[in-house]
Amino acid sequence: MALPPLDSPQWQSPLRAFGWGLRSVTQTILTLVLFATYLGIGALAHDTHFSLLWALCSTLFVWAGPAQIILITTLGSGATIIQSAIAVTVSAIRLFPMVVSVLPLTRTPTTKRRELFFAAHLTAVTLWVECHRFLPQVPRERRIAFVNGLGFGLVSVCLTANTVGYFLAANLTQTLGAAILMLTPLSFLFSTARNSREAADVVALTLGVLLYPLAAKMNSGLDILVSGLVAGTIAYGVHWWREVRA
Amino acid sequence: MSYAQLIGDWQALVVLFVAGVVPNQIWRMLGLWFGGGIDEGSELLVWVRAVATAILAGVIAQIVVQPPGALASVPDALRYGAVGAGLVVFLLTRRSIFAGVVTGEVFMLAGKWWLG
Repeated sequence: MALPPLDSPQWQSPLRAFGWGLRSVTQTILTLVLFATYLGIGALAHDTHFSLLWALCSTLFVWAGPAQIILITTLGSGATIIQSAIAVTVSAIRLFPMVVSVLPLTRTPTTKRRELFFAAHLTAVTLWVECHRFLPQVPRERRIAFVNGLGFGLVSVCLTANTVGYFLAANLTQTLGAAILMLTPLSFLFSTARNSREAADVVALTLGVLLYPLAAKMNSGLDILVSGLVAGTIAYGVHWWREVRA
Repeated sequence: MSYAQLIGDWQALVVLFVAGVVPNQIWRMLGLWFGGGIDEGSELLVWVRAVATAILAGVIAQIVVQPPGALASVPDALRYGAVGAGLVVFLLTRRSIFAGVVTGEVFMLAGKWWLG
């Protein structure tokens, strides 16, 4: 399936654009990866004695795989609400720059802030990656509808996966459970790497992975924030240095 | 499947809201609020995107280095090896996410089976 050309009448109605967003869910390997990841989250929720409704609400209202995994594992291993909230807050910081970078792609000069509410809520790593890929092929005035369609489709896939994973959990062996959990870091690593076009992106990703274990040794509770800020700033420095030389 | 497994108690949902929903929505709404005036090609955004990538990289490293749940049953060397093997194949196949993920998984499962 290819998206219609930018000047096609297919883009004239917002509902059609929503439909094209929804159908684009089938155009990315990340949908399969998300399905597998949320299968794992459903299974994890079952094993840590959360209800199915709880797992589905976490997908619908949190909508961030790493945050959901951190929330379930910390609460499941006896952390206090405050400790879990801090860990999740730190893991969620990355949503801020994602929203900041996705929204300008969808906005027109007359767009009101409240029209972007759902696009902001739906923004998480997969949508962020796919927006940078799909949106250049979508007329600017239809991008909000397209993003809402894409996000709605991805959420539906994940709610289905949660339910399947929850019911499968009773039958999964520990090895199979580990394999499902391992899907998360592998898929996030390679999808981000694939989307890295600039040298700065590669530096941010590589240094971000390598600096985390060092930052974790500090045991400040802010490990991911520390390694992310340092690695990201060095990567920005590389970008700046190349711009100056060019 | 019992009522407790399907629905659970309302306290757990309150915990989800306090420790899960609020900490995530804060950052999204801040992005919605402050992102409005920022130009997509601006230097600030380049920096912000680099930090976002690096923080996600940190989450990836955290899951592998300090594994949750059943993943903790896999020895350290196998988890690191799986990521390494996946990365090599990912690069050799001209950045195929699918090939990288499958290789990592097969490496880990084969290692687990071989170790017994």
